[in-house]
Amino acid sequence: MRLSARHATLLVLLAAFAALPFLLPSSFHLRVATLVWIQALAAVGLNLLMGLAGQVSLGHAGFFGIGAYAVALGPRHLGLDPLLSALVGLVVSGLLALVVGRPILRLRGHYLAVATLGLGILVWLVLNSEVALTGGPDGIQVPRLVLFGWRVAGAETWYWISGAFLLFGVWLALNLEDSPLGRALRALHDSEVAARVAGIDVARAKLLVFVIAAIYAAAAGSLLALFNRFITPQVADFLHSIELVTMVVIGGMGSTLGAIVGAAILTVLPQALTVFHDYEHAMLGLMIILFMIFLRQGIVPGLASLLPRRAVA
Amino acid sequence: MDQLLQFVFSGLTVGAVYALVALGFTLIYNASDVINFAQGEFVMLGGMVTVFAYAAGVPLPLAALVAVVVAVATGLALHRFAIEPARGANAVTLIIITIGASILIRGIAQIVFDKQFHRFPAFSGEDPIALLGATILPQSLWVLGGAAVVVAGLWLFMEKTLLGKAVRATAANRLAARLVGIDTALVLALAFGVSGAIGALAGILVTPITLTSVTVGTLLALKGFAAAMLGGIGNPVGAVAGGLALGLLESLAAGFISSTYKDAVAFLVIIAVLFILPQGLFGTRAVERV
Repeated sequence: MRLSARHATLLVLLAAFAALPFLLPSSFHLRVATLVWIQALAAVGLNLLMGLAGQVSLGHAGFFGIGAYAVALGPRHLGLDPLLSALVGLVVSGLLALVVGRPILRLRGHYLAVATLGLGILVWLVLNSEVALTGGPDGIQVPRLVLFGWRVAGAETWYWISGAFLLFGVWLALNLEDSPLGRALRALHDSEVAARVAGIDVARAKLLVFVIAAIYAAAAGSLLALFNRFITPQVADFLHSIELVTMVVIGGMGSTLGAIVGAAILTVLPQALTVFHDYEHAMLGLMIILFMIFLRQGIVPGLASLLPRRAVA
Repeated sequence: MDQLLQFVFSGLTVGAVYALVALGFTLIYNASDVINFAQGEFVMLGGMVTVFAYAAGVPLPLAALVAVVVAVATGLALHRFAIEPARGANAVTLIIITIGASILIRGIAQIVFDKQFHRFPAFSGEDPIALLGATILPQSLWVLGGAAVVVAGLWLFMEKTLLGKAVRATAANRLAARLVGIDTALVLALAFGVSGAIGALAGILVTPITLTSVTVGTLLALKGFAAAMLGGIGNPVGAVAGGLALGLLESLAAGFISSTYKDAVAFLVIIAVLFILPQGLFGTRAVERV
């Protein structure tokens, strides 16, 4: 059997996933790896929207924030179980994407960018301003997840849980790419008019992938909230939206493995840059510029093009 | 009624600043197709450099001049070291480069300056002027007048000078412009430089009213972008109209509905307008070629 790109991606991920706990020296590093898996889950979903369908979202952290705040607010205000709250978060996020997606996705290019940007900022504003409900800018505690009497705790436990979610998410995404919807999205990415002529319901395909990407982001948000046990509106702010987009682009648009590599870089880099103290922000900005100039296609496709052709196939 | 007029005055003042940011966006977008999210940092630099030069004993007009020079240099450097090397990259990549640049500029500003809010004295006193039952700050008149002068100056430059015509030709069709002998690289650099100057002027004019800190750039860039989109991207008249409209709406919403959600109203309006007019208020319908 020839190793397809799909299986290769899953194998690489599985190997990294199994090997990392033996290589990482402390639970701090394990926590960083967990953060990478969580951000990667959101980035893999966003990559479906951006890389596959070619639609930009500058407000994706809004959906991430909805997922995160669902597990904080559900138990506190409605007495819901955290797990059920997370499900509610996924549904709310998907429904919001469904409702606003239809008119928003008619827009093209920069107009779509500003509309999604506005949507993200509106979510952030609500989370930031409804102090009585959300705790406002100071953030809010998230109750511990208890599954059938098992208190889910510890860096290693969360490493495996978030990793499993990422693997599942990647498997779904790779299957979606090869499905009729995936092919429809690739077609409309190249030309919407041509796709429509070929009989593709362009509006429906775009809406579907927008909803799917929103649910990925919400799932990642819920995971982060349950893992961190404390969240602030920063999870939904503009900078986080940009970070998610940058993960997809740095890794290589259209490459699922690229989205994970991008998430790893943007999550680990700030941790590594803390040694520069005051220069942290300047370094981060500089790194982003340099990555974009010198690895324009993204890291994974960029490196793949350096390999001899048959090694990639 | 007086209250309404009061909100209109403050809305126009803020709107003039948005208009200038949107104008800077439009200038760079027309010359290079780049959405420059570092536009807000020019405004920040305008205010902060003036504050620190003034505090160091430089007279205010000279401090303002220094600030404009710094912002122009930053704009030119942005073009030379970040945009030019990435020529031919796709739109999202270029957007991320400018966002990276805005993080970098803010990061450097944090090291050079500090994280506090600052201001310098208003140009012609702090006493509000009574006007039609409402009051207006003398500095607001400076902001409005300054914005009007910038808009008029830019219009004259674009319409009446050879260099301005070269900019418009480059915006219309870069290849054709190069074929008739226009140095498009120079035009691009010029757009970034002038954009920096416009942003810095906005920052200098408004700082005595709204104060400034190294973090003011982000929200200004977003609002300026939104204003430019509201007017229809690439249309300078639309950019100014979009900026003023956004400022007015924000001020009225803050006054009559909720000041907590004044930023929300701005983005709600933009989404609503785009629903009805997908190309912005003054945009022309683009037809996709297959």
